[in-house]
Parts: sequence; C-alpha cells; structure tokens
Amino acid sequence: MIRSLPVDSSDTISSFLKMTMNPTEKPSQSGQVLFSVLTVLASVFLLTQLSVETKFSSGKQLFSQPRFWPGVAVFGMLFFGVGHLLTVIHLKHEGTLGELVVWLKALEYLAWFMVYVVVVPYVGYLPATVLFTCLLALRQGYRTKKHLVTAALLGVCIVLVFKTGLSVKIPGGELYDSLPSSLRNFMIVNF
Amino acid sequence: MELLLSALSILARLDVLAALLVGSIGGVLIGAIPGVGPAVAIAILLPATYSLDPIVGLTVLLGIYGSSMYGGAIPAILINTPGTAVNALTTYEGTPMAKRGEAKRALSLAYSASFFGGVFSVVCLILLSPLLAKIAPMFGSREIFLAALLGIILVVFAHRGQVMAAGLMACFGIWLNTIGLEPLQYSQRYTFGQSWLSGGVNLIVVVLGLFALSQAFVLLVEPDKRSKTSGISGSLLSGFKELFTHKRVTTISSSIGVVMGMIPGVGEFTAQFLSYTYAQKSSATPEQFGNGSPEGLIASEASNNAVPGAAMIPLLALGIPGEALTAMMLSVFYVHNVVPGPQLFQNQMDFVVALYLALLILNVLVIIFLIFSTNTLLKVIQIPTRFLGVAILALSFVGVYSLRNSVIDCAIAGAFGIFGFILKRLDLPIVPIILGMVLGGIMETKLRTSMMRVDTPLDFISRPIAFFIFVIIVLVIGSQLLSLWRNRKAR
Repeated sequence: MIRSLPVDSSDTISSFLKMTMNPTEKPSQSGQVLFSVLTVLASVFLLTQLSVETKFSSGKQLFSQPRFWPGVAVFGMLFFGVGHLLTVIHLKHEGTLGELVVWLKALEYLAWFMVYVVVVPYVGYLPATVLFTCLLALRQGYRTKKHLVTAALLGVCIVLVFKTGLSVKIPGGELYDSLPSSLRNFMIVNF
Repeated sequence: MELLLSALSILARLDVLAALLVGSIGGVLIGAIPGVGPAVAIAILLPATYSLDPIVGLTVLLGIYGSSMYGGAIPAILINTPGTAVNALTTYEGTPMAKRGEAKRALSLAYSASFFGGVFSVVCLILLSPLLAKIAPMFGSREIFLAALLGIILVVFAHRGQVMAAGLMACFGIWLNTIGLEPLQYSQRYTFGQSWLSGGVNLIVVVLGLFALSQAFVLLVEPDKRSKTSGISGSLLSGFKELFTHKRVTTISSSIGVVMGMIPGVGEFTAQFLSYTYAQKSSATPEQFGNGSPEGLIASEASNNAVPGAAMIPLLALGIPGEALTAMMLSVFYVHNVVPGPQLFQNQMDFVVALYLALLILNVLVIIFLIFSTNTLLKVIQIPTRFLGVAILALSFVGVYSLRNSVIDCAIAGAFGIFGFILKRLDLPIVPIILGMVLGGIMETKLRTSMMRVDTPLDFISRPIAFFIFVIIVLVIGSQLLSLWRNRKAR
C-alpha cells in the first residue's frame, strides 16, 4: 500500500514515520493512559523524595548544589508527564487490560534471561548458552531437528566469537572443575 | 601530508583492517535484517570493544553505524519493510519500483545514492577539519553546556507530535544520570540506601536494556514473520550512471544530510524528511513520488547515509553526541582515556584523520560487498523473527554480563528491557533517555564550572559563540511556541 507524503499538512515527522513503518500493525493506543498515569505517579513519588534523597549545602551556589540537577530532572519529568497525560487522556481506554497482559508476557522472557544469567557461573558459558538457545527455540515453537541444530549452532557460534575469539570476561563454570585438569583449564579459558 | 601519513600508519594494521571488514560487512548484514538495527548491534558489541585498541573498537562500531543503512535499503525495496528505521522513506519509492519489475534498478540506485551520501559526508568532514580545529578550542565550559542544552532541546522538539513524551524521557535520562555518588560533595543521590546504586546507573546497562533486550522481547512476544524474496539478476552498477542524471537532488540531499548530522539531536529522520520534501517540491514529476520515483529514492538514501560522517563532528570536536549511536561510541572513547572535544583536535589530529579515512574506506568496502553479494544477503532477510529474538537475547547476555560479571547489572538491564518494550509497544521515544543521560552529565559538570567564572547571568553569554548558541536556543523555542500557537489558532 503506497501512501502519499503529507508535505504540506500539519502531520509531523514522527507520526509520518510511524505511519510509514507498518500501518496495519500499529500497536494499540490502549495502555497509553495507564503508562502516562504511572509515569506521573512515579514523578510525584520522586519529587516527594527529593529533599530526603539529595543534599542541600548552605552557603553554596544554587548550581553547585547536589540537589539542583535531580530537582531539574524530577520537576521536568512531572511537567512533561502531566503534559503527556493531558495529550493522551482523551484516547479510548478499551483494551488496556489486553495491553497489560502483553506487557506481562514479556516478563516470561525476562525470567528466561535471568535464569540463564544465574546458571552460567555454575554450568559454564558454552553448555548454558547451547541449552538456553535450544530450550528457548523449543518454547518459540521451533521443534524440528533442523531448527534445534540451528539453535545449538547459534549458541556455539556466540561462544566461539565472544569468549574464544574476543576473550570477553565471562567466568568459567563450576561444572568445569569436575573435568581433568588439562581440559579444565582449556574450557575455562575458551568456553 | 605528514598528518595523512601518520593517520595511514594508524590504519595500516591487520587488526584495524579486519575491524573495517567486520564492521562494514556486519553492518550491512545487520541492516538487512528487519528487527535488529545498528543500535542493538552496537549495544551488544560495546563491552567487547572495550578490550580492543580504541581505533580498532571504534572502527568496528563506525562500520556498523555507517553501513547498516546500506543494508536496510534491501528489505525496504524488496519486502516493503525498512531494515533500519531510517530506511522508512525508501519503502515509498523502492517497493513500487520493485513491484513494477525494477527491483534491480531500485537497489542499484539506493546503493549508489548511499555511496555518494557516505563519501560526500566524509569529504565534508575532511574539508571542515581545519575550521573545526580552529573553532573547537573556542568552546569553553559555557559553550559546551549551551551546545548540550541545545542538543536536548532539539531532540525533544524533533519528536513533533510527541514533544511531551520526548521531554519526559529526556528528563528521565537526566535523572538516571544523577543517581549515585555526586562527584563534588560526595553525597548520595536517589540511592534509597541501596549500596548497589552508589556507583550510579551504568549507561551501557541502560542502553543494552532499552535497545537490545527490549527488541528481543518484542520479537519473542509478537507472532513470527517470514519474508520471501526473489533473486536479482544482472549488474548493480547501472545506478551510478543514473545517479549522474539526478546530480542536483543527490548533492542537495547529501548536503542536507551533512548539515542535519552536524546538529546534535536532529539526525537521519529530519535529514531524510527534508531531502525528500525538497526532492518532491523541486521535481518536474512530483506526481511520481509515492509511486516509485527515482528522485525520491535517491533523496532518502543519499541523505540518511550522509548523516553518520557528519554526526562525528559534534562528537569529535565538542564531545557532544548527537544521537543514541554516537552516545554509545562516546563511552568507547572514555574507556580508553581518549577524551573527545577541543583537545582531541589539538593533540591527536592523526587519530581523528584516521577515523575519517576509516569511514571513507568502509564506504568503498560496503559498495563492493553489496554489488557482489546482494543475492546472498536476501537469505538473511528470511530469518524468522522469533528466532532472531532468541539470538538477540543470548547476545544481550554477553553485552551486559561481560561488563562486570554482575547479576545486578543483568537485572537492571532486564528492567530497562521491559521498560523499552512498553515504550516500543506504545510508540514512545527511547532515544531521548540515552541523550538525557549523556548530555545531562555534561550539562551538570559544565554548568558548575562555568558558573564559578561568571559574576552576572549575562556574563554567561558574553562570548560570541555562547551568545550565538543562546540565540539559536531562543529561536528554536520561539519557533516551537509559534507553531503551537498557529496550530491552536487553526483549530
């Protein structure tokens, strides 16, 4: 579908660009009000904490006060947060619950990520990564042998590039301690 | 001449050449995969580049930054999905051309326009260097503060229609930067008694969360998308010939890209929009725009590829990043104690010239790679999006965990990942958060330093450059208020 460019209209660059990206799959407007209310509440909370969480030293210039920049930022958040709320308050509220469910769905993958983070120091980077990519591929519905081999290869490649090739700082797993000493050192250094 | 030879000697190393190759080809690949983008790739690679030489690390990142938009044109033309967000306008003209059987012509034009834009910006950068070297030392604390403030204001106003949301995010970024031990009086700010917050919130952790993890969550939660494309046959060099027949649009679009790239907070979107508008207004066949106009395609690609080179100007000369990608690169400079700003031009000019040359070489490498391997790249576009999500999540771990081997860092990145995911779902801007974090820190330090040296507020703008930037700030705010008033009156 080709759309004409609203050169002379009051349409803005950002809304125009959003329109061009994928008009049929534009995310729901539901959730805007909820998000906006939450940001205003967070700003109010931070403002109430300003005097507790920052210091004001007497005899110092205003600009040198430790409280000055956090104050500017929090007042700015509140100002723009309320402004944003006023611009979205008229939007339809239907579907907010559905949007909230989508937000919560992302938490499942955050949990996957955190489990992976916790497991690496015990199992080792290579086994944990191969396990992670294969299990997550399964969770995503890639169940054929070809897909699982690809997922395992992806895990191996990531480890080879970053740990073996670029020597990024990722500790060897505790599991490697059970290996024969020569192999153990090799695994700790490279995988 | 001596400077050029010194710069060449910096580049004439095997590791630098390998970095150029990896960065340029990697950038094209990343750009060609819709749903990844240079920000995700740079965020993931940042910690890995810390262990490399500054020139090697920066070359990889520059390569990805400079070449991703070349690759982004491929899905934009062939499957109506921009590979990177800044290829959005390319879909307008490229897809209709592909639909009427001119895919090869569209790709060839996109490559040649991108190449011209990229090289044009590097040439401008080289020509402007002597001037920059003279002007940069005139920037003291107050000028840098005002330039950073202008950057924040511009990035907020650039999100027209979302100014309030962008302002909120910029202020949130500034607030994030204030968390932790305050450097002058050593008092804690917003740590809520938690020792793990004393060191502040790490920029890279936030970047990885907001860009990489959030994108992984988006891809994993949303339904799988698979794209099918057919191969391209014949030479892709014909675009250079056709580009010559549109030399006015090409040159002016590239110039707009350079000017917009130099202004902090503006970047590719505005450059592309202005170039496209100019091309349409000045065209003999404006009715073709939106239906496969070669001029529109050239305007889009030449302008967005001219931005990366120009965006290095405020970064290198003043230490002020204009957008999220250069903000990430700034951290690589700091890790290696290479402080961008006026001193860099005075003390390490050969390093600066080496970066320019690296940009020039990578444009050549990319165009050669694309001419010979476009058909192979089409396979990359077909990777299922959920599988990409798995890959990005696994790669994000390397980025966050390798920083300090900290589970807390990973949890913070995860929290920002969820926050970024929500922002993406709601179409709210993310970039102002990063610029707020980086520019907020610069503004705080520079304002403190400069206020110690002024007696009255007017002294702050007594120097010519400070006064000039101040006038621009007033004009920008004034024009924004005027346009708001006009819009309200029109309603």
